[in-house]
Amino acid sequence: MYAFNIERPSTIAGAVDALAKDEAQALGGGQTLIPTLKQRLASPDTLVSLTGIPEMQGICTADDGALCIGGATSHAAVAAGASAYPALAALAGGVGDPAVRNRGTIGGSLANNDPSACYPSAVLASDATIVTNAREIAADDFFDGLFATALDEGEIITEVRFPVPEAANYQKFLQPASRFALVGVFVAKYADGVRVAVTGASEDGVFRWSDAEAALSGNFSASALAELSVPADGMIADLHGSAEYRAHLVKVMTGRAVSAA
Amino acid sequence: MTEVKMTVNGKAVSGTVEGRTLLSQFLREDLEMTGTHIGCDTSQCGACVVHVDGQAVKSCAMFAAEADGAEVTTIEGMANADGSLSTLQQAFQDHHGLQCGFCTPGMVMSAAALLAENPKPSEAEIRHYLEGNICRCTGYHNIVKAIQAASGQDVAIAAE
Repeated sequence: MYAFNIERPSTIAGAVDALAKDEAQALGGGQTLIPTLKQRLASPDTLVSLTGIPEMQGICTADDGALCIGGATSHAAVAAGASAYPALAALAGGVGDPAVRNRGTIGGSLANNDPSACYPSAVLASDATIVTNAREIAADDFFDGLFATALDEGEIITEVRFPVPEAANYQKFLQPASRFALVGVFVAKYADGVRVAVTGASEDGVFRWSDAEAALSGNFSASALAELSVPADGMIADLHGSAEYRAHLVKVMTGRAVSAA
Repeated sequence: MTEVKMTVNGKAVSGTVEGRTLLSQFLREDLEMTGTHIGCDTSQCGACVVHVDGQAVKSCAMFAAEADGAEVTTIEGMANADGSLSTLQQAFQDHHGLQCGFCTPGMVMSAAALLAENPKPSEAEIRHYLEGNICRCTGYHNIVKAIQAASGQDVAIAAE
């Protein structure tokens, strides 16, 4: 690792100030960033740790029933505490391994927007709102391709608000070495329709499968998908699976998620 | 350089660290507690697992500065007060839950974290929990047996 300083602010305002400096970078749980630093793929002058800020921790329910999760809340805390949204709790409990889940945070995962990460699919399928120190961003406007988001330089995810669906499920087909999603599908059924978000599959990162959403909004059963197919264009192809294989898995995993929801 | 203070195995310790000093490095090089092993240094193998404020973490994927003020427990803190092996450690010995022993500190720390949240885990639960701890010798069978035995469950004692 290149040398850097670490700052540990205890308030969001303090973190925003610290991030205003040149070459400062936010540090969530560090489960992606620290390995990246070890590979010398990043060289910040200052890391601003966000894990010592109480106002960014924890889970609560808003007046409108939405589940609000602080940006620095660990995956383990979401797995244990998001009982109001069981599919989300199950997703959090399946990220990485227990030690990784004790450090990794929801805000860190979303800001990183790894194309194979689990959380982006839950956020997009739930039409969640990303709350930052400066504004609120709708899920549909937040993800911007591989490792890219709508966040500005120095902007911090302070909270994520999930409308709680009537039924939901996340199905992940594991990449056998990394245990990231080779393909992961999150299906969420709301009173006004069904949303389907896919991670791990596309070269553009997480996306909504709109044909499936339309079919499932009329008939919420796996059989509603029978006539649909997913084009292989733009799917990730690597030694773990071809583009056609991933496209096929999108439909299979969507069907499983609907059946299990 | 930053001054850090933490409690390690019940003792107050302090040191001066760089921002990039990992907790695993601080434990091994500054405190000279080499029981915490560094296997892959890419946060995959789990040999470096310690407890920070009661939670299992990979100490190679956390900076020492982030542990400022924390209570840390390492493998050196797992034995009984009189120096004898804890129930969990004794079970690893009785069931031969190791061969080369390199992964063992992390295995014991992860197993202790599992038993703290789930005192009687099933075999499947143990195997799932150890997802982030890699052992290249044993095939895990005797590690799983040791953890079952430590939780008071009957397992055959003979490790072939």
